[in-house]
Amino acid sequence: MASLRPLSRGPFLLLLIFFVFSLSLLRPIQGNGGSDGGGGGEEFSEELLLKPLPDRKVLAHFHFRSAAPPSAANGRHHHLFPKAIAQLVQKFQIRELELSFTQGRWNYERWGGSDPISTRNAKPPGVELWALFDLPTEEIDPTWKNLTHALSGLFCASINFLESPTAYSSPYWGFLSNNGNLRYGALPREAVCTENLTPWLKILPCRDKAGIASLLYRPSIYKGYYHSQRLRLLSSESKGIILEQTLTVVLQPNSYTSSLLSSSDAQLQPSWSLSQLFKKEMTGKCVLAKSSKIFLELERGLLEKIVEIRDDSWSNSFFDLFPSPDREIKELENSNGQVGSSLYEYKVDNSNENKPLDVGITWKLPLVWSSVHAPFQASRFLMGSGNERGSIAISLQSTQTHDQYFGDLNDCTVPVIVLQVVPWYVKVYYHTLQISIDGKPQTLSDVIEKIQVTPSEDKLLPGTLEIMLRFPCSMLSATLSLDFDKGFLHIDEYPPDANQGFDIPSALVTFPNIYSSRSYPDYDVSDDSSLLHNLQEKYLVRSYTEVLLVPLTTPDFSMPYNVITFTCTVLALYFGSLLNVLRRRIGEEERLLAKKDSARPGLVPLLFSRLSSKLKGRKLLLKVVFVALVAVVWHYFLNSS
Amino acid sequence: MAEIRPYWALAAAAALGFRVLLLILFPGDLHLGSRPEVATPLTSLRRLSEGYWLKQSSMSPYAGSMYHGSPLLLPILGPLTAERTDGQPAHFYCSLLFVVVDFVTAMLIRATGQKLLLSRRQSLEYLNLPKLVKNSANINAGDLASLIYLWNPLTIVTCLGLCSSPIDNLMVVLTIYAACSRLAPLAAFGYVLATHLSLYPAILILPVILLLGYGPDAPPAKLFLHKSSNSDGKDPSNNDESRSAVTTHKPVRCFSRRPVVHFMIWVSIWSCYVLFLCSIYLKGLGGLQEMFKKTYGFILTVGDLSPNIGVLWYFFAEVFEFFRNFFLIVFHVNILFMILPLAIRLKHRPCFLAFVYTAISAMLKSYPSVGDSALYLGLLGLFANELADMQFSFFLFFGYIGVSLLSPVMHNLWIWRGTGNANFYFATGLVYSCLQTVLIVESVSTMLKHDRMLRKHVIA
Repeated sequence: MASLRPLSRGPFLLLLIFFVFSLSLLRPIQGNGGSDGGGGGEEFSEELLLKPLPDRKVLAHFHFRSAAPPSAANGRHHHLFPKAIAQLVQKFQIRELELSFTQGRWNYERWGGSDPISTRNAKPPGVELWALFDLPTEEIDPTWKNLTHALSGLFCASINFLESPTAYSSPYWGFLSNNGNLRYGALPREAVCTENLTPWLKILPCRDKAGIASLLYRPSIYKGYYHSQRLRLLSSESKGIILEQTLTVVLQPNSYTSSLLSSSDAQLQPSWSLSQLFKKEMTGKCVLAKSSKIFLELERGLLEKIVEIRDDSWSNSFFDLFPSPDREIKELENSNGQVGSSLYEYKVDNSNENKPLDVGITWKLPLVWSSVHAPFQASRFLMGSGNERGSIAISLQSTQTHDQYFGDLNDCTVPVIVLQVVPWYVKVYYHTLQISIDGKPQTLSDVIEKIQVTPSEDKLLPGTLEIMLRFPCSMLSATLSLDFDKGFLHIDEYPPDANQGFDIPSALVTFPNIYSSRSYPDYDVSDDSSLLHNLQEKYLVRSYTEVLLVPLTTPDFSMPYNVITFTCTVLALYFGSLLNVLRRRIGEEERLLAKKDSARPGLVPLLFSRLSSKLKGRKLLLKVVFVALVAVVWHYFLNSS
Repeated sequence: MAEIRPYWALAAAAALGFRVLLLILFPGDLHLGSRPEVATPLTSLRRLSEGYWLKQSSMSPYAGSMYHGSPLLLPILGPLTAERTDGQPAHFYCSLLFVVVDFVTAMLIRATGQKLLLSRRQSLEYLNLPKLVKNSANINAGDLASLIYLWNPLTIVTCLGLCSSPIDNLMVVLTIYAACSRLAPLAAFGYVLATHLSLYPAILILPVILLLGYGPDAPPAKLFLHKSSNSDGKDPSNNDESRSAVTTHKPVRCFSRRPVVHFMIWVSIWSCYVLFLCSIYLKGLGGLQEMFKKTYGFILTVGDLSPNIGVLWYFFAEVFEFFRNFFLIVFHVNILFMILPLAIRLKHRPCFLAFVYTAISAMLKSYPSVGDSALYLGLLGLFANELADMQFSFFLFFGYIGVSLLSPVMHNLWIWRGTGNANFYFATGLVYSCLQTVLIVESVSTMLKHDRMLRKHVIA
């Protein structure tokens, strides 16, 4: 009997194992969120924020967030979180990383400069990459090089150009305060296109097959005025790895209705909807996403106008939002009693193939408003002409919005941090730094609070200037200028289109005391919308300046042989003639000449006699024959082999 | 040739006055400091003030590949180049200092010339060539050379052009003067500083040793031997007189070791002292190793390819990376290679040898400027008597004028207007090198001819 027992237990155990196994197999498929505790708590959420801009354009901000809580299996097995990214974080010990691909320039004046969307998502043109490492200082640079290669493989971009030490820098406090473990690099000329988007979408669990990402219709997003695709990684012991992928596009809607109406009134905003912008409607969420929402944001400036007529905020005499939102989330009014912006939430869960969701806005009356500006608008330009020297000027123009940021104007000052990285062939003279406020030159020590210069080394290091300035709040404009000499490069160091010029990456202007954040009193933590969470986070207001194009003189690329031969000829001339002068002994030559004059035969007989005298020895003849023989044999040998 | 001496003081004062006048009339408007012909990456005062600024903000002055000069110049010139707020134009005092430096250089050239003249007169008298002495007695080479140096437009441009070459030139001239006067400590001081400032004067060690050992220039030693044997044999009646002459001249032609040994000891003392000062100044900022790498290393590897009056910048901008080291060696060995043949052939004329070395290094150095040409053209004046029948002098004179007029034009066409290209400017550099070659070769051959002529006179 005892021997029969295990036999009867066997099928039951097998069944149990099969059941558990099938459950674990099913888990990733049914794992919509971490509610069932499956998938190791990995989460994914997708959100889209739409916002009409004052200049008749539309901002669409896609936000995807994946999180992998700390677990032993990180980097080996994942349910939702992209394994490649987890391995990247593990291998290179990344604490924070941000990679952005941008095309076009964010228009700070029209699209806003101090709201959370613009401070986070306005990026310099081209590629920008920065990373904070959790490594000892001496290992950071090699790790950075490996990281750039890994990323360039992952995203099909030439991020590996950031590997060379001339391309990246390590700012101390101008970008983020850190203790030497930050590396920052930018490639202003990198062209961004769909080959960078495809690998970026591959990281998403549903790719662009379902959910919000399915809206990414390539022709319409690359037709936009601004396109910035961003990837941000945060990793910590307690929270695990958080991956945020955002895509920000500024589009120009052109619908039939708006074009008809705008002919009668140019000021009327164009009406738009998802199907018009992206040629697609929402037909259900990505099933793996925990939450899937679309927000439509109306700015403070816009709402202020509507509040005056005490109308319903989403369906009024100016415009209609359609369909009507599931919820309205209002921003907390600020201390002056001004209205805040509003978010209108649409849940994608309710939509399906039969009942698609097509969020949009229809304008009925023209409305003019302006977006929220940063206290100063930064721009940068080159001065001087010619290819020998010039100067870089960074100018800050006040946007006349002091009352929003500072209370008393009389003795208030505003700190501004400028980070400027210049490649080594732009040789900046840091002692020529000049700062003028409202056109009046200032003594540097009065304005500069902190300065950190890392001068460039030829072919080794870019120059980095980090400077913290303190300006009076009532200032209208300020200008920083630095003189530089243009370098002359070796013929191989020029890019293929040398005459186009060289790009200086954008400077970054940060306002360390001014934060962009919104507070939503109705916001519910249980909502767990990561986009809302981000909007509420405190974030420094920063703005990037333009990329500068510096033309450098070129040598003649077709000349290397000529130059080498000419120079060597001159040298040979010098060497030969000087040695000749030193060697000559005029007296002896004269004596020799005198001797020869007495009995001088003609040139031909002389040559003949010399030749015959040499041939008489027979040795030479033998030598000549021998050499000829060797040559023939050699030739034969070479040909046969 | 008219008598220069009475007018010398007047002409020199006029030259200095002219400089000060230019300085006052165009305060900073001449922009000579940014001309590639005047200021090189090694000597530019703009770079020096960047180095000074870096030092003031407690960074190594060599950080940033800007400054490549000596650390000793920083505390001297640095404060003078810093921006002034009390109304005086920036660099005004610095330029005034360079005017003084130019004056001192001219005085030293003049003193050297007088020493040379004395030695020449003595030796010619000993060789019994009164005709030659009389011919040349009126040309005071020292006065002429110092006036050439002071009134040379290249010197004036260098002086006002905000570069440190006047100081380099002063040190070279000081070395030659002190060696002529057999002042071993001073010669060692000049030699060490000149080498420290611009490396190339290191090759002057041979002429300096010859000067200290044999004394200033004289006709070849063979002639004296010939003369003394002749006078011993042929002229018994005149025996006493010639013997006394021999005894007076004997130390001139004998190699005396004492000053040379002194010189060597002083060189080591001064170089230790200079290195000590440098290491104090650079304490905690990279030290001497960085200094050598950024000064001598920068000179030897031709790291900066910005255009200058020479030919090497374009050569190294165009040459294939693979051959770069080979050609670096070739160009530097070219300078060294000629040292020995010249020293063997011209050992009786160490001062002239020093001039030839200076001219060769001015032509072949990695960052040449017109300041170097100003120096050797000034020294050329010292040998006005010997080189009186030099060939091609007309061609050379107008060649120099042509190049110095064309070079700024070509540079402007290429850099500022963009209508020319680099080859235009490089061509003037090539022509300039050719001119210098012709000058060097012709002066050497004329000097050798002169010696031959003396020999003929003595034998005849």
